[in-house]
Amino acid sequence: MYDFNHQRPASVDAAAAALDAAGDGKILAGGMTLIPTMKQRLASPSDLIDLGAIAGLKGIKEEGGNIVIGAMTTHAKVAGDATVKAKIPALADLADGIGDAQVRNRGTIGGSIANNDPAADYPAGLVGLGATVHTTKRQIAADDFFTGMFETALEDDEIVTAVAFPIPEKAAYAKFANPASRYAIVGVMVSAGPAGVRVAVTGAGPSVYRLGNAEAALGGSFSAAAVKDISVSADGLNSDLHASSEYRANLVVVMLKRAVAAAG
Amino acid sequence: MPDTGIGASVRRKEDFRFLTGQGRYTDDINRPGQLHAYFVRSPHAHARIKGIDRSKAESSPGVHAVFIGADMAADNVGSLPCGWVVTDRHGEPHKAPPHFPLARDKARYVGDHVAVVIAKTYAQAKEAGEQVQVDYEELPATVNVTAALASGAPQLHDEAPGNLCYDWVLGDEAEADAAFAKAAHVTKVDLINNRLIPNAMEPRAAIGEYDGGTDSYTLYSTSQNPHLLKLILCAFVLGLNENKLRVIAPDVGGGFGSKIFCYAEETVCTWAAKKVKAPVKWTGDRSEAFTSDAHGRDHVTHAQLAMDENGKFLGMKVDTTANMGAYLSSFSTSVPTYLYATLLAGQYTTPVIFANVKSVFTNTSPVDAYRGAGRPEATYVVERLVEVAAREMKLDPAEIRRRNFIQPDQFPYQTPVALQYDIGNYGQSMDKALEMIDYDGFPARKAASEAKGKLRGIGFSAYIEACGIAPSAVVGSLGAGVGLWESAQVRFNATGSVTIFTGSHSHGQGHETTFSQLVSQTLGVPIENVEIVHGDTGSIPMGMGTYGSRSLAVGGSAIARACDKIIEKSKKIAAHLMEASVEDVEFDNGTFRVAGTDKEKSIAEVAFTAYVPHNYPEDVEPGLDETAFYDPLNFTYPAGVHICEVEIDPATGVTEIVDWVAVDDFGKIINPMVVEGQVHGGIAQGVGQALLENCVYDGDSGQLLTGSYMDYCMPRADNLPSFRVGMTETACTHNPLGVKGCGEAGAIAAPAATINAITNALGILSMDMPATPEKVWRLANQHAQAAE
Repeated sequence: MYDFNHQRPASVDAAAAALDAAGDGKILAGGMTLIPTMKQRLASPSDLIDLGAIAGLKGIKEEGGNIVIGAMTTHAKVAGDATVKAKIPALADLADGIGDAQVRNRGTIGGSIANNDPAADYPAGLVGLGATVHTTKRQIAADDFFTGMFETALEDDEIVTAVAFPIPEKAAYAKFANPASRYAIVGVMVSAGPAGVRVAVTGAGPSVYRLGNAEAALGGSFSAAAVKDISVSADGLNSDLHASSEYRANLVVVMLKRAVAAAG
Repeated sequence: MPDTGIGASVRRKEDFRFLTGQGRYTDDINRPGQLHAYFVRSPHAHARIKGIDRSKAESSPGVHAVFIGADMAADNVGSLPCGWVVTDRHGEPHKAPPHFPLARDKARYVGDHVAVVIAKTYAQAKEAGEQVQVDYEELPATVNVTAALASGAPQLHDEAPGNLCYDWVLGDEAEADAAFAKAAHVTKVDLINNRLIPNAMEPRAAIGEYDGGTDSYTLYSTSQNPHLLKLILCAFVLGLNENKLRVIAPDVGGGFGSKIFCYAEETVCTWAAKKVKAPVKWTGDRSEAFTSDAHGRDHVTHAQLAMDENGKFLGMKVDTTANMGAYLSSFSTSVPTYLYATLLAGQYTTPVIFANVKSVFTNTSPVDAYRGAGRPEATYVVERLVEVAAREMKLDPAEIRRRNFIQPDQFPYQTPVALQYDIGNYGQSMDKALEMIDYDGFPARKAASEAKGKLRGIGFSAYIEACGIAPSAVVGSLGAGVGLWESAQVRFNATGSVTIFTGSHSHGQGHETTFSQLVSQTLGVPIENVEIVHGDTGSIPMGMGTYGSRSLAVGGSAIARACDKIIEKSKKIAAHLMEASVEDVEFDNGTFRVAGTDKEKSIAEVAFTAYVPHNYPEDVEPGLDETAFYDPLNFTYPAGVHICEVEIDPATGVTEIVDWVAVDDFGKIINPMVVEGQVHGGIAQGVGQALLENCVYDGDSGQLLTGSYMDYCMPRADNLPSFRVGMTETACTHNPLGVKGCGEAGAIAAPAATINAITNALGILSMDMPATPEKVWRLANQHAQAAE
C-alpha cells in the first residue's frame, strides 16, 4: 500500500468538499474492495475520505412506504434489522448472504453499489426491488444507476447518502455463490409491488440487468408455472474460471425459479 | 492414570496459549536492530534476465542493500539441493539442474526470486523493490506436463533435455504384460491428480541473525524440521560449519509438508544478515504463499487393472507423468516414486504391478510433498481403478474389494512393489464401515433423494499408507540423502518434573499433549509435570522432524526408549536406596518396589537422589538424563475404509456430502480426541481436493490464475458433513508403542471416496477432480439426455 492522506470528515458536505479538494481522492466506506485493491497496489489514491464518522449516513428507517437505508449501513445491520426483516425479508436475506461475517460487519450498502462489482448482490437488490439511490446531488432510479461493469451514474464528486426501497408485496432473492469468493456467480431478485414486477440478475453479465421475458411472464401470473418454460440465452453472459456462459444461463433460470417459488 | 494416560482424550495442553493469542510464531519475534527483506519476484513464467539495475532502489529511503544472484555467487552460496536421488530406468541419476536462492540467468516461474531489498521497514523495502529495474527477455513458457514433454516445448534447463527429470520404473513390465495377457477383463482409467496449493494458516517467515563476536548465525524459521534445515543450509548451501548455525522453529501454524523444505527466503535472510550486519526478517504475505510455497500433487496417469472372470486382480500397470515445477524442491523427486508407486498394491493381493513415472520440469512453482505426499495419488489410482472395475464387472464395490483383500493370516505380506506390510485386518474395517454407513439401507436413501429431485451416490476408499518414515537403511538404498530415525532426550529434573527434548516438531499435531501422556504413563509422573521442548537445534539433540505421519511412531518410540533408559538407571539407584539387588526391583506407575517386601521409593525420590547423590551406588553416574535415537525397522501401515455419501442437485450440479464414515486402523492410540481431529482435518483437505481446490496456470502466459482465495477455493465448515469416525486396531508389530500414525490418512482416503460417490450418483465411470458444480451439472445433463 502506498502512502495516502486519511481524512475523516464529520458531515456529508465536508466529505464532498474534501473529495473535491483532493488531488486523487477516493471515498472510503467499508473498504472491503478498496483496501485490498490498495494493498495490492492496484490503486493509489492521494486521499481517502472516510465516511465512518458521519452519523447521518447510518441507520434504517421506514418513511413514506419505503425502507430507507443510510449509505454507511453495514450488511450485517441490514440483515439483522427488524424492520427490514418484517417489510422486505428478501433484502435481509440478500444482505445476510454477502461475503462472510467480517465483510458483513464492515461492508456497506453505499460502498457496494458505488463500486458496482458485476458479481455483487446489492445491485440485484436495488434493481429487483425498484429502489432509488439518494446522493449528495439528486435521486437516481436504480434502473439508471448501474451503467456498466464497475460503472455507475455517479459523478466524480457525488456521494451516495441513502437507498430507498419501496416495500414490495412479494419478493425473494436466490443466489448461486462462487464457492471461493462467495460473490454471486448468479443472483436473481424477483419482486412484485409498487415498482411493478421486477426480475434483476447479477453476476451473470457485465452489470446487473432486468430479465424482460421473465418479467413479462410473471406480470401475467406471479407463479412458478409462469416461469416453468422460461429460457435464457448464454450470449453476452460472463464466462470465467468458475463458470461458463452456458452454465450461468442455466443458473439464471434455476435461481429465477427458486426465487419465484420462495417469494410465494 | 486413566484420565491422562495412554488412551485418554486429554485436552490439548498447547491450546491455552494458542486460543488466548499467546502462541509465539516467527513473525512474533523481533530482534534488536532488525531490517526487513522484500523479494523482487519474476512477473514472467519464463524469462532471461539480461540485466538488473538496482541503483535507484539502493538510493531509496531506508534501504541498506539490494542483492541479486551474482552477489550470492560471489560468496559461493550454493544451489538449494534436492535430497533424494532417483535412479532412472537406465541406471542414471535424475537430472538435477541448479536452484539458486536468487535466480542467476533465468527466471523460471511467476514468483521466482530475482532480487532482495533490505531496508529499515518492510514498507520501505517494498517501495524500493518497485525501483529494481530488471531487463527481462520473455521466453515461451510451458506449464503442464504433456505440453512440456512435447517436442519443441520451451526448455527450462540445459541440464534437462526435453524437460525430463527422470523416467523411472518399478516392477517387471514383461511379467505385468504376461498377467494382462491372461486377463478376462481389463479396466482402464485416465486420471488427473489436480495440483494443490498448501495454504498453511501461518505464511512462511524467517529471521536471519549473525553474531560477529562468535562468527555464528541464528535462523528463526517456520520449519517442520529445523535440524534438517540446519544441515542443508550448512553443508550444501552456505558452506558453514554446523556448530555455527542455530535454527529455531518456534510455534508453527500448520505445514502440511510445505514447511519441510529449504527455501530461498530463509537462505537469503541468513546469508544477508552478515552482509548487512543486522538481523534480516521476512514474513511472506498470502500472495507470496500462493506462488512460492511448494505445491502438491499434479499427476497425469493412465492406469490399467487386469482381472480374472471373478474380479480377482491379476496385475496392474500404471503410467504417470508428474510435474516437478521449475526446480527440484528438497524431496520432490521421491514423492511420485518411492512414496507413490510403492503403494500401488493398496490393500490387495495384486501379484504383479508395473509402474512407470516420468517427472517433468515446467514453468510453475516447485512441487513437493503435501499431506500424504504420493500416497493420496496412489490411493486415488488404486481406488478409482477398483471402483470402475466393480462397475464394469457388475460387482458390488465392497465385494470386489473383499475378494482381493490381503487376509489377516497373510501378514507379514510382501507386496510386488517393495514394501512389506507388517499387519492389518482390512475386512474388519470394511465390515465396520458398512455397518456404520448402513449399507443395506442405501437403496432406500437413494430413492428418498430421488423423490426430492436429488441424485444420491455412495463411494468407497480402502486406502493404505506407508508412514513413520522410515528405516534409514531402506531409504538410503533408495536414494535418500538422510537417515530417518528420531531422537529424544528425557531429562528428569531434580525436583520431580520431566523435560522432554524431541527432534519431532509440532505445527498443529498436538505433540505437547500426546507425548506428555506417553511420558506421564511410562514414568508415572503427573502430566502437568511433563514439558515438551521442540524446534530448537541449540537445545535438542539432532532430530529429523515431522512429516509422513512419523512423529509418534518414530519420535514417540525414541521417547519410549529414552524413558526405558531412565527407568533402567533409576532401578539401580532405587535398589541402592532400598538395599536390594537390582533384579528384585520392580517399577510400576512411578514407584519402585522390592518384590515380596513393603519397601518402595517413588521415581521422584530416585531422581532427587540422582542429583543429590549423598547416598549413592558407586558404579552409577549422577544425574538422570537419557537420550535415545530410534531407527524404525519398517514403515508403519495405517489403513482403513472411508465411505462417502453424496447428494447432487442436478439443476445446479452442486454436490453435498451428506454422510461420511471413516474406519481407520492406526494401531494403538494415545489420545483418541487428537486422532479424531487429525482424521477430520485430513478428510477436509481430501474433500477440498475432490470438490473445491484447483491450482490453475494460464497455458500461454504461465500466470497463476488462482492466486488468491477469491479464486482458489479452500474447504470450509459448510462444505463438510459431521464426520463419523470409527476405529479398528491391529498393533504395529515393530515399534515399542504399537502405533502407526494418523496425520495424513484422511487426505489420502478422501479424494477417491468422494469421486467414487459422485460418479456413482451420476451413473458414470469417471470424472476429474475437482468436481465443481459446473462439471457435475454437465455430466448430470449428459447422462440424463443419454438416458432419455
